[in-house]
Amino acid sequence: MHIPDGYLGPATYGAMFGVMIPIWTAASWKLNKTLKTRQAPYLALGAAFTFVIMMFNIPVLGGTTGHAAGTTIIAVLLGPWAATIAVSVALIIQALLFGDGGITTIGANCFNMAAAGAFSGYGIYRLIALRAEAKSKRRWIAAAIAAYVSLNVSALLAAFQLGIQPILEKAPDGRPLYAPFPLGVTVPAMALAHLLLFGFVEAGITALVVKYFQKNDPDMLSRS
Amino acid sequence: MTTVKKLWMVIGILVILSPLGFIIPALFGAGGAWGEWSLEEIKKLTGYVPQGMEKLSRLWSSPLQNYAMPGQREGLVHGSLGYIIAALAGVALAAGIAYLLARILGRREERKND
Repeated sequence: MHIPDGYLGPATYGAMFGVMIPIWTAASWKLNKTLKTRQAPYLALGAAFTFVIMMFNIPVLGGTTGHAAGTTIIAVLLGPWAATIAVSVALIIQALLFGDGGITTIGANCFNMAAAGAFSGYGIYRLIALRAEAKSKRRWIAAAIAAYVSLNVSALLAAFQLGIQPILEKAPDGRPLYAPFPLGVTVPAMALAHLLLFGFVEAGITALVVKYFQKNDPDMLSRS
Repeated sequence: MTTVKKLWMVIGILVILSPLGFIIPALFGAGGAWGEWSLEEIKKLTGYVPQGMEKLSRLWSSPLQNYAMPGQREGLVHGSLGYIIAALAGVALAAGIAYLLARILGRREERKND
């Protein structure tokens, strides 16, 4: 769901930068207030993890691929603002260096996979986990469900942005100027693969990491 | 070993295993992700290349397109090696930048705290 250059018109990618710039600013401010210097190694780990996990492309029927993102697990451990920053850093490197996602679409991709992914994942996790003990079963189940939903939120947002292009921007001959497929195509195509497969991969990875912390460093789970 | 060191080992293992993310789709004959087609693929799918898309897609050419080294030879072996180097470079850069950001943005820990 790394939207490439050319798939979103200026109206959409401009709006998405307009949304992301205040979020990045707020995240920097929040990090200043909440992240302790000793957590710097974890933010680094988070950015590295999300970068490498997105390289594991998984094939699905229909000849395309998808991947997990790791956004929710970072949000569970470090909070949604730190997760927004960590995933944004990885996405910007992917766009600039590796052509995975466009330059004009950095705002949209960071909104979908970093900010919306982190806040939906974190919100659902907190809602289900409540005040459960750090080592409780409820914690990792909450994180897994949150991860599943969060990845699907990200995918749905990307599908929506792609699907509105034919409505928003047309050439004089009436043909779409940017991403050519309507919502009726983009939403089912993106949603199906993420609901049936990639969401479960994301949930599994998230549950594994939460269990690892429950065993080795449960304080990380009670802090957030 | 500290948790941070152990987790770095996990990242290291993921980097070494990363070519699976390139080999497995190749074995299944899968292309890229849905909605991330090249201009040629778009033309095959729709019969034309949208004008705006053509213009914007030329805006930026990344040095290590598709996680491959420039001028890299075809095939699973070269692809895998390029993929590992790309993973290493990406992980190092992402971690380095995030670490710097955390150091700059994160408040200095107060000494009296625990």
